Amino acid sequence: MSERTIQTEKPWSWKNFFFQWEWFLIALLIGINIFNSFLTPYYFTADTFLSTPMNFLDKAFLVFPMMMIIVLGNIDVSVGSIIALSSVIMAVSYNAGLPMPAAMVLCLIVSTTCGLINGLLQAKFKELSSTIVTISTQIIYRGIAYIILEDKASGKFPSWFSFLGWGYVGNVPFITIVFVVFTIIFAILIHRTRFGRQLFAMGNNSTACRYSGIKTENMLVSVSTIMGFMAGITALFLTSRMGSTRPNVASGYELDVIAMVVLGGVSTAGGKGRITGPLLAIFIIGFLNYGLGLFNISAQVLLIILGVLLIVSVMLQNLRFDKRRQKSGVVSK
Amino acid sequence: MKNKRASRLSDHARELGLLAFIVILALLFQIRNPKFLTLSNLKDLFTNTAILGVLSVGMMMVLLTGGIDLSIGATIAFSGMVTALTVSVNPSISPIVSLLQGMATGLIIGMIVGFLIAYCKILPIIASLGMMNIVRGLTYLVSKGKWVSAYQMSDGFKAISTGTTLGINNLVVIAIVIYLIFAYFINHTRTGRFIYAVGSSPETADIVGIPRKRILLLVYAAMGVLAGLAGVLWVSRYASAQGDTAQGYEMSVIAAVVLGGVSVSGGRGKVSGIILGTILFGMLNNALPLINVSPFWQQAIQGVVILMAVISNVLIKRNNDRMTLRKRVI
Amino acid sequence: MSEYILELDHISKSFPGVKALDDVHFKLEKGQIHALMGENGAGKSTFIKIITGVYQPDAGEIRINGKPTMIRNPIDSQKQGIAAIYQHVTCFPDLSVTENIFIGHETINRITRKIDWKTLNGKAGEWLEKLDADFYPQTIMGTLSVAQQQIVEIAKALSANARILIMDEPTAPLSKRETEDLYRTVENLRNHGVSIIFISHRLEDMYRLASSVTILRDGRYIGTWELDKISQDDIVKAMVGREITQFFPPRHAKIGGEVLRVEKLSRTGYFKDVSFTVNKGEIVGLTGLVGAGRTEVCEAIYGVNPPDEGSVYIEGKQVQNRHASKAIEEGIGYLPEDRLKQGLVLDWQLSRNITLASLRRFEKKGFMDDSKEREVTKTLGEKLEVKATSVYDKVATLSGGNQQKVIVAKLLTGDMKVIILDEPTKGVDVGAKTAIYKIMNDLAQEGYGILMVSSEMPEVLGMCDRVVVMREGRVSAVLDARKTSQQEILEASMVLYRGKQEDGQERKAQE
Repeated sequence: MSERTIQTEKPWSWKNFFFQWEWFLIALLIGINIFNSFLTPYYFTADTFLSTPMNFLDKAFLVFPMMMIIVLGNIDVSVGSIIALSSVIMAVSYNAGLPMPAAMVLCLIVSTTCGLINGLLQAKFKELSSTIVTISTQIIYRGIAYIILEDKASGKFPSWFSFLGWGYVGNVPFITIVFVVFTIIFAILIHRTRFGRQLFAMGNNSTACRYSGIKTENMLVSVSTIMGFMAGITALFLTSRMGSTRPNVASGYELDVIAMVVLGGVSTAGGKGRITGPLLAIFIIGFLNYGLGLFNISAQVLLIILGVLLIVSVMLQNLRFDKRRQKSGVVSK
Repeated sequence: MKNKRASRLSDHARELGLLAFIVILALLFQIRNPKFLTLSNLKDLFTNTAILGVLSVGMMMVLLTGGIDLSIGATIAFSGMVTALTVSVNPSISPIVSLLQGMATGLIIGMIVGFLIAYCKILPIIASLGMMNIVRGLTYLVSKGKWVSAYQMSDGFKAISTGTTLGINNLVVIAIVIYLIFAYFINHTRTGRFIYAVGSSPETADIVGIPRKRILLLVYAAMGVLAGLAGVLWVSRYASAQGDTAQGYEMSVIAAVVLGGVSVSGGRGKVSGIILGTILFGMLNNALPLINVSPFWQQAIQGVVILMAVISNVLIKRNNDRMTLRKRVI
Repeated sequence: MSEYILELDHISKSFPGVKALDDVHFKLEKGQIHALMGENGAGKSTFIKIITGVYQPDAGEIRINGKPTMIRNPIDSQKQGIAAIYQHVTCFPDLSVTENIFIGHETINRITRKIDWKTLNGKAGEWLEKLDADFYPQTIMGTLSVAQQQIVEIAKALSANARILIMDEPTAPLSKRETEDLYRTVENLRNHGVSIIFISHRLEDMYRLASSVTILRDGRYIGTWELDKISQDDIVKAMVGREITQFFPPRHAKIGGEVLRVEKLSRTGYFKDVSFTVNKGEIVGLTGLVGAGRTEVCEAIYGVNPPDEGSVYIEGKQVQNRHASKAIEEGIGYLPEDRLKQGLVLDWQLSRNITLASLRRFEKKGFMDDSKEREVTKTLGEKLEVKATSVYDKVATLSGGNQQKVIVAKLLTGDMKVIILDEPTKGVDVGAKTAIYKIMNDLAQEGYGILMVSSEMPEVLGMCDRVVVMREGRVSAVLDARKTSQQEILEASMVLYRGKQEDGQERKAQE
């Protein structure tokens, strides 16, 4: 036997430490906040940072499951429709006499089922891309919402329901607490469990996973189902904030969410990314939006900024990973 | 002579099936509401479907290469808005100039989308999703959130869609002309066939030396031009340009094209197919109100139609593969 | 004018670490069908790539019609009228036959820019008629069988004025009847003056078609014979006649009871009625020519591509493996044929690759136990002597042999009873081969049953206790490795030319 040993200590390099996407994001976040502080006096107060996120955290619930889907190398453009459908069903069933807590559970059941259907379609018809599957279900889900409510609004929820979106626990908004809890759960799920490990493995090489005994179909279905469940959670908070719902709520959410994930450094080719990136991206886009609001710039400009951010960050990612790939000698097909 | 094979019925099974379905559906509609098969309603039907038809041509090319373009709804709104604004400021502009202006606007947007996809290697869905929002945002910006309404448009501009040529509505005439040009281009020119080749097998296309990136750029640019044209037609037809014009219309176009048998994974699809797909789709839109189906059903029906069409394509392909395996004798 | 259309003299070609071709000669007469034979890895594909301009020879001369010619790239080769047809056709499945033949150089009307379909279909039709094809120019390529697609490829070659046609194992994917049709086509071509280099593993093809045969072995030229002057026996001898020079470690494993039994395993289109057993501590070789269905059988046992019929037993208990995770639970480990695509996550570190197949074992209270992962990886890596400095090394940076060891380590993290190794030494250097043999021996000694798929005869003979030979999807022989010879194995692998008296027997044996 040779005396060769294999080290188990993690090699440390300053270059690797500083060459991380998150530094760029942190700089961006700080920059945006400094910019915002010029627009309004007393910007740097605890109140700003506690309450402002209430405006954008509802979308943030979708970012982590969307990250899981993109890590798999897939995409889901149906989330906005799932939110609309589950929200509409909740409102209609409540107004039809169902007790509110039951209606809320129904909302989650509906959204989870929608996610499950997305997952099953992708697992059963592997020939179809996730793009086309979720495009069709996007239309179907929202279509059903329109069938149910036509173009009317529905609401008149009990007053306690508004607590979800508007309530505080002490000084901290309730939605922020829920967001922190979900962040911790997803951070652990994605980076500390077998499930997360399999997720990244599949994004890198799905075939090797199949040969390693990983149930790849189950993974597809689970991830889509989680996405559906979180869309339901978003539906609850969004509906609570708005006080009523219509079939066209949350349209275009998929773009915001995908943009946040991609800006967070998750590769659209799959298999790469860290939850810290999308987490920072949520706040970057959130505070950017807030600042533009202070500046009296319309929401339409945000659309443009989001689009540009999405495209530019994908371009940067492509460059980054191309270079790395050449370096490590991995030839991708 | 062997090479003079008459085209067989089985080559057109899908198109014939679609045609039969259209006929049966038409009869059913007719039974429910005798107004359906009247000249005026059919005129309406074709006029309303013409814009969808124009867009189907572009989307067919995009899908043939294995891509997708979600930005066309926004392009329609933007080019429509830009031309409408120009007309409202300068009513003496000839309709021809308006059409050209719309097409040029679309061309620029299409070329950006194509460039991102072909040369920056961004996935079509991401690139077009991003552009969709940029262009939609621009539409609101240039209009400052206001509408351009009928009274601000010149009569000449409105006549683009209301006027007739040889007794046929201009929209229908434009659609027919585009289909003729397109059928010639896609079936009988080298570049047209390259579009099929690129989608059918990108690897082989590279081996044979087909300029794949340029073909992709061309396809998205053409889609942009058609969307730009459709924008002018749309604004002229509905005599109003708004920020949310044609929102989500890309889905209707994709539905019509997929229904016409164009494969979403690229390489397969016929002009006759998308004509029938578009007509069937237009018929559903036209007839559902006539037989008292709420218009709110239309979207869900669209979605189900797309899903069924793509799934049936997969099942047919699987069955064929299985048959081929059976043939192998061991 | 020379009587030879193509001559290659003293051709040599080396790749880093390997001498792929060493002083090879080849002479092709006009209108001749010349067979080229050799085992897997004898240098045939390098040889073809030199003729088609993909590789440049390090030394030697190529003459076409007696004139020394440089073939610098595939286009040069095309200009010289050389075309190659491979077993797997590259085509546009959604386009018509005519388009596949003429794409890129269609006839176009100068004024209207319209493709002249009439002329093109006419031309394509003429070629198809000459080739006796039973389909039309307008038929869509994807609806054709492999045999018909080959015809299109031939037509494409001929339409580009090919005078020398290289056919690389064209009969391998064909049924018997299709093969007969191909024979007729090839003869037809020869009668029209096309010279053909025909590569095949089937002696039947050789005797039926070719007039001469050139045999390569280990990159060296063995000789050229007229086919009516050489017997089947002598061809096989010429192909295998090499000494076993590699080092095979001595075997001490005690062979115990049965661990794996496969009965009447079948999968439509791939293999049929495959049965064999593997015992504890035994190394069984599964051999046969490429495409005989060996890998497919292994994948069926392992559950990644489940069989349609038949049963698999582990230690006498029947198991239903519809998925690899089930097979791993039952104690079957599989080292796949394509380690880069099927075995490894290249961008990942050593430790994560090793634990991928048994992540459940590295969980503690629902979380991944990173320190256990590192420790186990370190132990296994050192046991198998993986040349890496740290468990954080990316596997992409390791050599082929070490990557293979990483996959073996991956199998060892579970409780395996049977280990299936699919071409474990493919593409690794000699030193690493010896290391892998040693690992196999150690594993057998520890009591694992080992099934090794291999195309290399010396390896099969040197390492295995028994040899299962497959031919065209069926088991053609089960041999005792100590008593058999390379020749016997090769004969069982190949479709031999059946003389009249043998014919009936052979058929019966197959049914």
